[in-house]
Amino acid sequence: MAIGFHGQVLLENIDFNVRRGEIFAVLGGSGSGKSTLLRHLIGLDLPMRGEILVDGHAPRLGSRVPDCGVLFQSGALFGSMTLGENVALPLATWTGLSAREIAVVVQSKLRLVGLGGFENHMPSELSGGMKKRAGIARALALEPALVYLDEPSAGLDPSTSAELDELLLTLNRGLGTTLVIVTHELASIFAIAERCIMLDRDAKGPIALGAPADLRDHSRDPRVVAFFNRKPAGGEAQA
Amino acid sequence: MRELLAEPATRVRLDVARLRSLDAASAALLLELRDQLRAGGSEAEVSGAQGRVEAILDLVASSARGVAPRVARKSPGLVEQIGRNTAQVSAFALEVLSFTGEVVAAAAGALRDLRRIPWRSVWSLMERTGADALPIIALITFLVGLVSAFQGAITLHRYGADIFVADGIAIGVTREFGPLMVAIVAAGRSGAAFAAELGTMRVSEEVDALRTIGLDPYPYLVLPRVLALGAMVPILTMLGDAVAIAGGATVGVLGLDLTLASYLSETQLRLTFWNIFTGLIKSLAFAIAIALIGCKWGLATRGGAEGVGRATTSAVVTMLFSLVIIDAAFTLVFYAWDI
Repeated sequence: MAIGFHGQVLLENIDFNVRRGEIFAVLGGSGSGKSTLLRHLIGLDLPMRGEILVDGHAPRLGSRVPDCGVLFQSGALFGSMTLGENVALPLATWTGLSAREIAVVVQSKLRLVGLGGFENHMPSELSGGMKKRAGIARALALEPALVYLDEPSAGLDPSTSAELDELLLTLNRGLGTTLVIVTHELASIFAIAERCIMLDRDAKGPIALGAPADLRDHSRDPRVVAFFNRKPAGGEAQA
Repeated sequence: MRELLAEPATRVRLDVARLRSLDAASAALLLELRDQLRAGGSEAEVSGAQGRVEAILDLVASSARGVAPRVARKSPGLVEQIGRNTAQVSAFALEVLSFTGEVVAAAAGALRDLRRIPWRSVWSLMERTGADALPIIALITFLVGLVSAFQGAITLHRYGADIFVADGIAIGVTREFGPLMVAIVAAGRSGAAFAAELGTMRVSEEVDALRTIGLDPYPYLVLPRVLALGAMVPILTMLGDAVAIAGGATVGVLGLDLTLASYLSETQLRLTFWNIFTGLIKSLAFAIAIALIGCKWGLATRGGAEGVGRATTSAVVTMLFSLVIIDAAFTLVFYAWDI
């Protein structure tokens, strides 16, 4: 697959699959195209070449990808709605549940992410970590088999970030939800990701695919080694 | 340094051994001098640096290596400028066309199934754009009626035609000032808010989140705003007309010695169906334009908080410009049709 804008290729030779029930990470430095790739995976943009198949179906531009939930980097909670209304929106849109049934589901989803009792809070009253949790609750509202997460640890302190990783692991193991996580946080990658693909801005595509520990210990690509050892790529050449 | 550069020697050694400290700006200047001397053919070096001085020189030198040389931008020629502007205008026209298409499709879908319209959102927007705007609309239209009556009275009083102030205000307010003033307030108040709200939703990924949930932003965000403003602006215009006539009556009664009964009686003669109807048609067109322009700029927002500010400003400017164009077009059509 190749993706880009206005006829200019941003990433090409992207070829990977995610197994059911897996936690898969998309890695890369800033500007490597991780979030752009995610926009294509969730149907907000179409690839220039090739195709994306989710359970055999290609996402349609601007439409909901069936059986998928998305957590955006900022949480993207609707500011004019309470947390309960945010989580209830997908349920009210796609299920024939009554208001009472929706309220029960909303409560259970918020409890699942540790926000039980916060149904009537507005997003502006929450901390960054709580917004991410609420975003996850909304992403899980329709019990999707696959959840995409864009930089879930961004802007969080290490302790909150670790708690979020723990929550994601619980969701993956408990509900069997497949998780595709876009991140550059090494701690999160090693804590939860089973496999990962690494993107590079200069290479305009993936430069590694495999288990994070394998890539760290066995990769000979200086860019991969630099990423996992947190050194600026090409730093040795400059010194 | 200037002397060194003016008359460079073949070999220059900048000895900093006795320096105990150096700030980053001085280090940058020193390295710049060395580089300029080298560029002029001298063998220049900075030597003797130790401790903190060496560290800061290394830091400045290494950070300078990472900076790409700045390429002077060539100012575009006339042909290039015309080309760029044409491309920009074409892209904007395409965007507007695409936006209009999306709104028409959303409206057609909503007409087929009225339950697709988020009515709760429509009621809430009607309250915000209508009821909440009443005080400011009342104040402004009252003052417009008052000032217009004063302006008319100055001339008409000379001819002993004070009573015609009521005619002038009734016609002017219902056909022109009422719809226009209410639309200007709606643009500044509601249209700007639409652009800012949708712009903020756009940059905080809420619009993308809506799409991933399966909700199209056009029926969900744009249509309720068009409906709410389309319903409220004509109502506000009728109320504004009444308040402006009251402003005119205040001048007539207190300033021109007219009786309230005679003023209102003369006004009633001019409150014809066509005078009121043409004003209301205009106000509906203004409302739809304001809502669409506010939503268009909001959904096209790029670039964070700064982008929201830019989009809101552009939306208000476009709205005001459009109001004048629409007003002129309607006036010409009504004149041609003799109504």
